[in-house]
Amino acid sequence: MSVDKTTVAKIARLARINVPEERQEQLASELNGILDWIAELDQVDTDNVEPLASVTGHGLPQRDDAVTDGNRVDEVLANVPETASGFFVVPKVVE
Amino acid sequence: MSDILSMTAVEARAALDKKTISAVELATAYIAAAEETSSLNNYVAVTADHALSMAAQSDKRIAAGEAGILEGIPVGVKDLFCTAGVASTACSRILQGFIPPYESTVTANLWQAGGVMLGKLNCDEFAMGSGNETSAYGPAINPWQAGDGVDLVPGGSSGGSASAVAARAALMATGTDTGGSIRQPAAFCGVVGLKPTYGRCSRWGIVAFASSLDQAGPFSRTVADNALMMQAMASHDPKDSTSADEPMPDLSAALDAGVKGMRVGVPREYVMDGMDPDVVALWQTGQAWLRDAGAELVDISLPHTKYALPAYYIIAPAEASSNLARYDGVRYGLRVEADSLDDMYGETRAAGFGEEVQRRIMIGTYVLSAGYYDAYYLKAQRVRRLIKDDFDTAFQSVDAILTPATPTAAFPVGRTVDDPVTNYLNDVFTVPANLAGLPGISVPAGLNADGLPLGLQVLGRPFDEATLYSVGRVIEDAAGFSATPTRRAGGTS
Repeated sequence: MSVDKTTVAKIARLARINVPEERQEQLASELNGILDWIAELDQVDTDNVEPLASVTGHGLPQRDDAVTDGNRVDEVLANVPETASGFFVVPKVVE
Repeated sequence: MSDILSMTAVEARAALDKKTISAVELATAYIAAAEETSSLNNYVAVTADHALSMAAQSDKRIAAGEAGILEGIPVGVKDLFCTAGVASTACSRILQGFIPPYESTVTANLWQAGGVMLGKLNCDEFAMGSGNETSAYGPAINPWQAGDGVDLVPGGSSGGSASAVAARAALMATGTDTGGSIRQPAAFCGVVGLKPTYGRCSRWGIVAFASSLDQAGPFSRTVADNALMMQAMASHDPKDSTSADEPMPDLSAALDAGVKGMRVGVPREYVMDGMDPDVVALWQTGQAWLRDAGAELVDISLPHTKYALPAYYIIAPAEASSNLARYDGVRYGLRVEADSLDDMYGETRAAGFGEEVQRRIMIGTYVLSAGYYDAYYLKAQRVRRLIKDDFDTAFQSVDAILTPATPTAAFPVGRTVDDPVTNYLNDVFTVPANLAGLPGISVPAGLNADGLPLGLQVLGRPFDEATLYSVGRVIEDAAGFSATPTRRAGGTS
């Protein structure tokens, strides 16, 4: 499995990173280098092996569904690039 | 002044309690040391006023007989930890100017124990790197040099932490370790670094890289100092659902426990092409030290070792691509204006993330995308289980495992490599412990032919940091590692 310029453009779009076209070729070659190396895993027999996502050995803890925090509008907005009337401001999304 | 800087944390604690030095004097000496060694670029910010005010508080608590276990000890903080009111940027352009309104649990624990914050330390951007070269602030420099005087990397990602502790510009420092980011720089800089068991330290308030692998841990110059800091850092934290409710034993008791009767495994797979022969020799010497101290050395096999790195480079980028989705130019950090929301995201992230971070997000996005999820991501998770099973089997017959920390000593800043994979190979001996969630310590144990420090790594069972400190102390005593880097405060920098 190797990626070409078109695939790089598609991944970049999924990742929401605007990658200029002149950079896509180089990036494809870098990603292929990594993917070729990762392909070593194909040598491992993993039939009947369950995927391991977490090593904690304990389940997710449960807590009461209670409000324990809040009313921190100023702190939440303290680092916002653009704000108005207590809201986040983004470019227009509906015409 | 340099006498103050040569004290270990344990010695400094005793001197503070006896009032032969004050916390303000100690903080003042370290602030000056950080300035003296500023050419190493290991701090991204020295918070001098903050440090002096915390130190004054420490002096009051010492006078009142209320000293905590780290009271008055100057600590540097990797820039990956959120510190309330102090810019925390993960050394990324995308977080420039971000001032957290909250404090990470780990740093809160350190301040609760009396620690004094000296400032924020350089690291690889979002902790992605093995040489501290991906930082938006430029590379941190290793205080050690070979005879040729070329600048060397301090390792990464916690390169600033290791460099500052080695250069006497911090008495201790926090780091984080996702694939070796504490143990590898500790080895490169000749200091002690420990990655705790996954779940030992709360991840709350630490900028996330790969959440199933990230762990915070301590850097120090001695094994005893490391245990002291670890004792203060760890806690069970309901704000991190993966935090373990597992009591931490008194680690100071482990320091003199020795290794008599202990079974220590030596994995035959921990060799690779291009390994420094001095590393191989040091590994053998380390085995002899432990044998002489009464341990039984056992040949063991961890058959899936060579697959740990490729599995890691699927899992870590996959988790990173998801974690870093939050940097969208809306809620904090950098924003590049554009006409549409999508372009605002895309331009912000293109300008805000460096090349290595972009590469890893792209790889992560690819391996999680439709059609490739099973072939890459699930495959890597299956291999991850085999790696953990290898360790589980080994720990049925041994109490600890001894390996080299890194295949080579520190390499030159700006070393040109043909492909990213060459850099990834630095972490070949450290990554398996992250995948299995195990604790590991790197202890400076000797110098190579160029006079650069090398470390030995000890891995242990989950939640058995105590044994790592017992073994680490024996290695430290046997090695008698007393060499110091030239570019240290009070040195000839």
